[in-house]
Amino acid sequence: MQTTLAKDLAERQALAHSLWQDKIQADVYITIGMGTCGIAAGAGDTVVAIQRELDARGLKVAISQVGCVGMCSYEPMMEIQARGRERINYGNAMAKYVKEIFRHYFDEGELRKAVIVGRAIPTISESHGHQLHSLSFVGPEDGQYIPFQSKQLRIVLSNCGLIDPESIEDYLAVDGYSALQRALCEMTPEEVIAEVLDSGLRGRGGGGFPAGLKWRFARQTPSWPKYVICNADEGDPGAFMDRSVLEGDPHSVIEGMIIAGYAIGAEYGYIYARAEYPLAIHRLNIAIAQARELGLLGENILGSGFNFELQIKEGAGAFVCGEETALMNSIMGERGQPWPRPPYPAVAGVWGQPSNVNNVKSYAYTPRILRMGADWFKSLGTEGSSGTAVFALTGQVERTGLIEVPMGITLREIIFDVGGGIGDNKHFKAVQTGGPLGGCLPRTYLDTPVDFDSLRAAGAVMGSGGMIVADETTCMVEFSKYFMQFVVDESCGKCPPCRIGSTRMLEILERITEGESTLADLDEIKRLARGMQQGSLCALGQLAPSPVLSVLRHFEDEFIAHIEDKECPACVCKALITYRVIPDNCTGCMVCARNCASDAISGEKLQVHEIDPSLCIRCGLCYTVCNFDAIEIISPR
Amino acid sequence: MTQDNHNEIDLSLMDEIFTQYRHQAGALIPVLQKAQETYGYLPPDVLQLIARQLKIPLSKVYGVATFYAQFYLERRGRHILRLCDGTACHVKGTPILLTSLEDHFHLQPGETSEDNELTVEIVYCLGSCALAPVAVFDGKVMGRMKQNVLLNTIKKKTDIN
Repeated sequence: MQTTLAKDLAERQALAHSLWQDKIQADVYITIGMGTCGIAAGAGDTVVAIQRELDARGLKVAISQVGCVGMCSYEPMMEIQARGRERINYGNAMAKYVKEIFRHYFDEGELRKAVIVGRAIPTISESHGHQLHSLSFVGPEDGQYIPFQSKQLRIVLSNCGLIDPESIEDYLAVDGYSALQRALCEMTPEEVIAEVLDSGLRGRGGGGFPAGLKWRFARQTPSWPKYVICNADEGDPGAFMDRSVLEGDPHSVIEGMIIAGYAIGAEYGYIYARAEYPLAIHRLNIAIAQARELGLLGENILGSGFNFELQIKEGAGAFVCGEETALMNSIMGERGQPWPRPPYPAVAGVWGQPSNVNNVKSYAYTPRILRMGADWFKSLGTEGSSGTAVFALTGQVERTGLIEVPMGITLREIIFDVGGGIGDNKHFKAVQTGGPLGGCLPRTYLDTPVDFDSLRAAGAVMGSGGMIVADETTCMVEFSKYFMQFVVDESCGKCPPCRIGSTRMLEILERITEGESTLADLDEIKRLARGMQQGSLCALGQLAPSPVLSVLRHFEDEFIAHIEDKECPACVCKALITYRVIPDNCTGCMVCARNCASDAISGEKLQVHEIDPSLCIRCGLCYTVCNFDAIEIISPR
Repeated sequence: MTQDNHNEIDLSLMDEIFTQYRHQAGALIPVLQKAQETYGYLPPDVLQLIARQLKIPLSKVYGVATFYAQFYLERRGRHILRLCDGTACHVKGTPILLTSLEDHFHLQPGETSEDNELTVEIVYCLGSCALAPVAVFDGKVMGRMKQNVLLNTIKKKTDIN
């Protein structure tokens, strides 16, 4: 291990920057998005195909593997830039379309299956002599931002898709680790805390507690050792913001943690990561080894006398471990169950010592704030919620993906401008934020500004960043039952209000979706919810009733339709629907009858088929396989 | 805990794991993870050995092993199908996929077929929501899954009836 002094770091950065310039200005520069989502969509095969194509053309260039730019619906994505020409981003770049993409870029060939997402334009913003590199995408012809990007502002995601996450040189080239240098060599720990506090950075795990304040509490506790913990146990279903940051820009999280360690006086850090994120863990391991090799982790960092070490702790599959005290129990090898607070982690956390727990994004913001200044960060977003918000936009929305928007933007702008609205001629019904502990909002709330306080006032929460859009095919009662099922599965079982309350609540919701309930059940839900909110030990139990209560508040008519009319308006709840053949559309092709597992469909070839409701188990396979839209779902039965 | 054929398990494979972790605080979970990597699941003999070696009561080892979803105390199938039922996958059709698995193979989440050919599991969110609904068959991620594609994949890749 070597000691890198501040001047060594500056030299390394200058060298990295010139290597970076050489790389992006080579004869041909090619990047491919290699996040989990890109790989799942086939990016691994695409890399092989690109190499084959390069060989065939006699081009000797390295392929740069980058993180995810967030446009999941276009995955896999690749970019090509020949020297002096435009940098084009291609979507749907499956291995089999790579040839076509090369022909399009180099030989003016036609694009058939692959698509042009836009022209990628590297952008640099400057503040206080430091830089924030990012990538923007404009339309190939008009030069306007592509719709998905028009309202986005990439701060914490700025490096995702720009740099190779497995290369510390790339990170150094975009001003990486200069915030650490500034903190260790030019600032006292108190000044670092003051700057973070002044920036107004609020914890991005969902709670929204001011990060600087948390750091100050941990610093002020007179005990040693202290610990810095990164909560990367992103368990909310439908949320993958932290995964993307860890996979696309792991060094920024590490840099943020070292700075936090310096600020609070901790020499040891843990990253508690979900085991479901193997690629994120792999890249973190690489990044930690690289930082250690450069002396950015270890003893006497940058000659400042400050020591810091970092270890990854892999989770083992428990949602409750996203709760900070449960997480610390898990780090200590215990069952991941929460303990009552106080004492708060800043006073007595892991191993009984002062600990600071923050979310992945909170740490990743930190180096950017120290580089560009608190005033710069404060100038973005709203007064109470500075900076940007990152959302995983999914569900029934046209353009799904990972987005970063300035705080204060409305839900409507996110869903309809960035997300492109609802596809298939369907209509918006609800948007859910905050996952199983959040709430959903109907159409009338679409103009709610997105920030910590406005969302909370509207009955939803910011959460850690899941945003799921539902259209009219989603049954809100079933939706809330789904979240309650999740809580029943994931409740740690320590305190009865959560363990028993969620089970009883689920039973009621099951009765409602089966058409066997009365209106009195709605009062019972509210009563149980109060008990859980007031009596549960941790946020999991306290917030678990939120999704059901928000649905009850905004979509009470759907509950009543299920209870009084035995009708599921969205035609989802199995007990309340029946499948029927539309005679005018049926061509008698036999596809549904062949696929039916319970032999409920009868009919000769070229004759209109019929479904026997007494045999039908309502699995919906006929509905899926019919090519002529000849099956309809009816409710009530 | 189920009975196991004692001859099948080579406990000496644990030695290296203990050497690496014995002196680390909070080692129980990583040791269980490594043991499961080695044996595919956590046989009773292994749990007992871990308790002895780490000097932790067996009750606590068992408590931790049963608390976390990723530890298996029973052998799993030769092929593993994990269906994501995260919110995005849920609204995009995972429940229908589950129904058809139950109809065709009589398997519910968490169950292994009688011939030990296939295990079906539910996971909450693999973080690939844009590809919803997502299935992972033997480690390969398959996005935008449809009932017929899923059933065909299973029939093609396994010997299940």
